[in-house]
Amino acid sequence: MNAIELRDVRLALGGRIILDGVNLDIAACEFVGVLGPNGSGKTTLMRAVLGLVPPGNGTIHVLGRPAERGNPAIGYMPQVRSAIAPMRLSGWEFVAGAFDGYRLGLPILGKPGRTEVDRVLDLVGARDLARRPLAETSGGERQRLLLAQTLIDRPRLLLLDEPLISLDPHHQREVVELTKSLQTELGIAVLFSAHELNPLLGALDRVLYLGNGQAALGTVDEVITGPVLSRLYGSKIDVVRLQGRIFVMSGSHDMEHDEHRHDDGSVHRHDHQGAHSGHV
Amino acid sequence: MARCIGTIIKGRIQAMFDYDFMRNAFAAATVVALVAGMVGYFLVLRGQTFAGHALAHVGFTGATGAVLVGIAPLWGMVLMTVAAGIGMGVMGERLAQRDVAVGLVLALSLGFGLLFLHFYTGFATQTTALLLGNVLAVDVGTVWILLGLGVVSLAALAVISRPLLFASLQPELAEAKGVSLRLYAVLFLTIVALATAECAQIVGVLLVFTLMVGPAAAAQQLTSSVGKGILLSAALALFEAWGGIALAYYTDWPASFWITALSATAYVLATLPGRAWTSSG
Repeated sequence: MNAIELRDVRLALGGRIILDGVNLDIAACEFVGVLGPNGSGKTTLMRAVLGLVPPGNGTIHVLGRPAERGNPAIGYMPQVRSAIAPMRLSGWEFVAGAFDGYRLGLPILGKPGRTEVDRVLDLVGARDLARRPLAETSGGERQRLLLAQTLIDRPRLLLLDEPLISLDPHHQREVVELTKSLQTELGIAVLFSAHELNPLLGALDRVLYLGNGQAALGTVDEVITGPVLSRLYGSKIDVVRLQGRIFVMSGSHDMEHDEHRHDDGSVHRHDHQGAHSGHV
Repeated sequence: MARCIGTIIKGRIQAMFDYDFMRNAFAAATVVALVAGMVGYFLVLRGQTFAGHALAHVGFTGATGAVLVGIAPLWGMVLMTVAAGIGMGVMGERLAQRDVAVGLVLALSLGFGLLFLHFYTGFATQTTALLLGNVLAVDVGTVWILLGLGVVSLAALAVISRPLLFASLQPELAEAKGVSLRLYAVLFLTIVALATAECAQIVGVLLVFTLMVGPAAAAQQLTSSVGKGILLSAALALFEAWGGIALAYYTDWPASFWITALSATAYVLATLPGRAWTSSG
């Protein structure tokens, strides 16, 4: 059974078509890197898999069932996370908020809840770290806690929306390696969106590149090529390989580095010379 | 000697409770402080303190309007704040955090309150009490109404507190897990509306911040656990309200002044850098 199946899917936001005619099969134990320019639909695709954005056309199946809200088999790390940085709450309390968080009643965890929170914190090695207030943790440490939180209820699919945003290269590598080891150890599927391909190169099984309303899924060698990316960007793209790293260039611009990173998760409009990159 | 001083202090405290108005004031303050402290914790956590402030001002319109048509000001206030709370919730969380829109509603409400007072000239003496509070004037009937409203709002808060906490901490994730953000925004702001109407009976509409936000903000600085934070917030509000009334009794200065002074002091102490004396549990 595939983790995710899309058949002829069209996704629109506010009348604007984000993706159209997309067909995808993502296997149950696959690590898929999701790339593409700002506004190409990385977040929208994840929200559609979560059942938050109903497809205008086509069908979406998750682990054999139609996509629906509140699916406990999906662990999700949303992109906008700046609000949590100044909080005095401990990491433990924060992570625990997601355990049965939809259920009415007092926010007090029973024994099963506390055991589950400790279990997921142990999985990422954050048991000690979780005692500290969030305000006293680094960006990388918060990411570790959020990763732990996605593992509550033993999901079989993780959707991680830009977990590397605003992290330095060292912490980026740490997050990727941790995610990869969890993915293989737990035997689950991971969709990991990012602005840059290079930090993911060692971890991903396949890459899903979005752009121009279309999607290309395949190995790095199949997808990260001049012709495929030129189609997705809607302009002439060259792929340059240098010492094990891959650069996606339009003229003299490195497309991925031109995608600015934002701490607050907001998306800004940039018009790059000689390239249309479909910003929102 | 020490025993003698003890007897004198005990006697003076007992004397304070000889008066009906003092007993009513403490009873009303107890109910309101518990509600304000607990509801306020979530208000601060959600970053909606300004919305709470605005709701209180809308209450002023309700109270003055009620008097104009011959209803008790408290009910006019409850009606207006609840209506406004639901309205704010339905219009979405974004609006509640949009300072300009909320600020304009806030000013307009005071303006309408002023207009109603203009038509009902006999009411002018009560204006100060509405705006700045007069806890020593609370009668026993009001205490019972406050208790009823307080039980309703805290019971409602208890029922929704878990999903509310989840939706406040991580809205996108909560939404994905099946929590309706809009529903909880509306329910919560309705509870806030009841709490502000209650609070205004003690400290007036202009100073609702002092009991709704001060203790909760201080509590969130002092503890990193939700449960302890809520209890500490309620305890601080209780201490500030009781302390304010007692100090008013002995100094003859307004209770509202003392409550704001205690609230501000508690917050400043809680945010002092290098709080070696606080635990992080």
